[in-house]
Amino acid sequence: MSDRSLDISLTVNGERVSERVDARKTLVDFLRDDLLLTGSHVGCEHGVCGACTVRVNGEVVRGCLMLAVQCDGATVETIEGLSDSGEVADLQKAFEERNALQCGYCTPGMLATAQELLKGAQDKKQVPSRDEIREHISGNYCRCTGYHAIVDAVEAVAKARAGGKA
Amino acid sequence: MKIVDDSPPVLTALDRPNSYIGRSVPRPNLQRLTQGRGQYISDVTLPRMAHVAFVRSPHAHARIVSISAEAANKAPGVIAVVTGAELAKVMTPWVGVLTHLKGLKSAPQAPIAVERACWQGEAVCAVVARTRAEAEDGCELVEVNYQPLPAVVDPETALDPKTPVIHPSIADNLCFERKLEVGAVDQAFAESDAVVETTFMFGRHTGVTNEPRAVVADWNQGEQRMTVYHGTQAPHMMQDLFAKHLGLAHHQVRVLTKDVGGSFGIKVHTYADEMATVALSKLLKRPVKFVADRLESFVTDIHARDHRIKAKIGVKKDGTITAFEIDDLTGIGPYSVYPRTSGIEANQVVNLTGGPYKCPNYRAQARVVFTNKNVMCQYRAVGHPIAVAVTEGLVEQAAAKIGMDPLELRRRNLIADDAYPTQSASGLKFELLSHHEALAHLDAMMNYAGLRAEQSRLREKGIYRGIGFASFIEVTNPSAAFYGVGGARITSQDGATVKLDAQGNISIASGVTEQGQGAEAVMAQCVASAFGVPLDKVRVITGDTDNTPYGGGTWASRAAGIGGEAAWQAGKALRQNVLAVAGAMLQAKPEDLDIRNSVVVDSATGNERLPLEELARVAYFRPDTLPAGIQAELMVTRHYVPRAWPFAFTNGIQASYLEVDTDTGFVKLLKHWCVEDCGTIINPQLVDEQIRGGVVQGIGAALFEHCLYDERGQLRNGTMADYLVPMAVEMPDIECGHVVSPTADSELGAKGAGEAGTAGAPACVMNAINDALRPLGAATLTDMPFTPDKILRALGKV
Repeated sequence: MSDRSLDISLTVNGERVSERVDARKTLVDFLRDDLLLTGSHVGCEHGVCGACTVRVNGEVVRGCLMLAVQCDGATVETIEGLSDSGEVADLQKAFEERNALQCGYCTPGMLATAQELLKGAQDKKQVPSRDEIREHISGNYCRCTGYHAIVDAVEAVAKARAGGKA
Repeated sequence: MKIVDDSPPVLTALDRPNSYIGRSVPRPNLQRLTQGRGQYISDVTLPRMAHVAFVRSPHAHARIVSISAEAANKAPGVIAVVTGAELAKVMTPWVGVLTHLKGLKSAPQAPIAVERACWQGEAVCAVVARTRAEAEDGCELVEVNYQPLPAVVDPETALDPKTPVIHPSIADNLCFERKLEVGAVDQAFAESDAVVETTFMFGRHTGVTNEPRAVVADWNQGEQRMTVYHGTQAPHMMQDLFAKHLGLAHHQVRVLTKDVGGSFGIKVHTYADEMATVALSKLLKRPVKFVADRLESFVTDIHARDHRIKAKIGVKKDGTITAFEIDDLTGIGPYSVYPRTSGIEANQVVNLTGGPYKCPNYRAQARVVFTNKNVMCQYRAVGHPIAVAVTEGLVEQAAAKIGMDPLELRRRNLIADDAYPTQSASGLKFELLSHHEALAHLDAMMNYAGLRAEQSRLREKGIYRGIGFASFIEVTNPSAAFYGVGGARITSQDGATVKLDAQGNISIASGVTEQGQGAEAVMAQCVASAFGVPLDKVRVITGDTDNTPYGGGTWASRAAGIGGEAAWQAGKALRQNVLAVAGAMLQAKPEDLDIRNSVVVDSATGNERLPLEELARVAYFRPDTLPAGIQAELMVTRHYVPRAWPFAFTNGIQASYLEVDTDTGFVKLLKHWCVEDCGTIINPQLVDEQIRGGVVQGIGAALFEHCLYDERGQLRNGTMADYLVPMAVEMPDIECGHVVSPTADSELGAKGAGEAGTAGAPACVMNAINDALRPLGAATLTDMPFTPDKILRALGKV
């Protein structure tokens, strides 16, 4: 299969990675199968459910809609990296206290998506409304919670961060 | 942070120091999940592990004339290509029947189809390779020669003499039939002032667990032992089935569940492709992994709720309900699913219809027929959403017909709160329910009168809002009456083993399983409370047949009520054992001692006498210093099974407030309420989140979810882009309230809460839509899901 594979170098969660990958391999399969970063999940393989959400060059993307070879030279952050850096620690704590996850399969993607909203809101010094939170996380499917608890947790962190800054 | 906790204080008898019963403590296992450090079965990798992909029938019904594996066998990475006939030598077939569903019949089903494929998506050949991608490449090279056969797709004609019979070994396409007649039904209808007769349709839908079904089977030829990492709700049941169909003893099979990415009843059944994966591991003597992709999930995860129900209610002018009558027809695919069968949902519909009401006249018929579509079986709230929608749809249509407020009609008919114990017309036994208190609580919580006023104000402005209700009952804590008496090897009892370690911490091994509902938190709360330690001293182990007591797992809302009681009793028993040792060490009477916050104290004064850590040190490392005859037993097991009642019924009532856009047919959900009575509430937050998640699953059925088949039996929407599920933006906030009527069958008094939300929500939304559209003279909507085009049709706009 060598004619169908390519060498790529990228930074994943702050570590430099060089691998030979099949050209057809998606980013999330590369993260899970080659780097064993199993915190990113595969749900619909179609870009609908958001379970594979990760950050590439600072932007939130679907790991199932991007090929690994497209990430040559990129900086990729997964839930493992976001956890270890402490960037989403307050959000994780709020999810745990509010039971904003049940099976937890959607949670890594949900956290990355929520953090995108919260960062944007912080930059604009705004607290998103519940409707805005619902709208923003609507590309992330959760079958367990019914979303109410997730909205509660994200809203609580938005308010806490706004309060902390003031 | 808004944490709703309006449950009244209960359980004074259980209110000891370290009492966590009734408290919203966080689950002990969440941090690994928020950090992406869980281990789901789809994450499991083992040495020498191979991957299997399946060639699946593109036809709803076809004879398999030949399979040519030559090209696939030569493909890169392919280890083996295995047909149904070859695998049949490794694993025996199964038949999904139960003796207490009298007359229920089905045909033998093999792990991979042999000779004939009976639905689109049934596996006909397996390709095992080094990677999943190579296995899929191999599948494309397998040449299967099919001879298409006529497909039975419409349940309405499945029993017609000219319709082909799917299984030649069975006389007809009838899987199961039940008839029930209680009271004087014809006379009751004749004496009614109004009769409503209508047909309800329920769209076939499915669970769409976020993590698809996944299994890794590891046959160790050296140990002669099968280890199965399996995303299942019932590890001991699966151990029994793997052993039975591979010809192994129980102790040769270990099932481990790890983290499970959503279940909802989807992962409590025998799936042919999972059985095949286990058989392939035995055949190939190496670990084999199967993870369903999303299309495979849509065509093979059990479907549910494909029911057509002709229904009838009679009422008097004063609102008295005189009779209910239903005729249920459901098409369940080509096989009754093993081992729970596919007759249960229709049976539940017959049992539950009319359940909240004191109406003595009831006639029901249910027919379950075979079709060439994917199989149907038990999915969250089995039968409840159908029975509740039929009952509550009839009740609200009857109320409209006689011009009575729908809550008032319920008040006049719901079984009185002081009437217990009692039973329904269908024979369900109720220990203690609280329909009227729940209704009053809901009325106040939602400000019903205020909403009605708002509704009529807005109607004048051309804004059409609706309010809909659903009273319901829910089957929880099932005894052996559910499956055991019918011959299924599915245990209704459950166990907990509690151990004091050498530092004075507690470990609990429970037979129930965790799929995210919080069972591990509940076990920890029960043991910590009964024994007397802080929660951070407790660790819970579930989902491992080698290391947990024999138990049923998690289904039918049984984990807290049954598993929790076993844990409570085990905690109490360990406390007695520890106090016996403490008494010997302290020269005190055990009954004068207590354990509080991990310290043995004088119960009268609370004076600290002996830390548990010190007691454990002596018991484990210096037992020689204990008085002669004192043997410390610091590990105990207790089991529990409900005996007094076949099921612990719960009850509740939901309400939906929504707005219909009469130009587009879109429904905007504004708010949802649920008042529920699950007996003793062990963890209010977890109960509320079960309700909320369940409500949204029910809303999905009402508005979005539908497995659409064409006339050839082909699923037309097998992706998440085409099959709609509820996403955050369409969902409302959901307010929960509680009434507490504990069951006296257990000390804890807890009943289940996992299915109440799903049971009532579809009925509520249906009733609210019809309430919104009634002043416009729209046809009554009874055909779920209520998509915009159906709403516009009801309005006569298209």
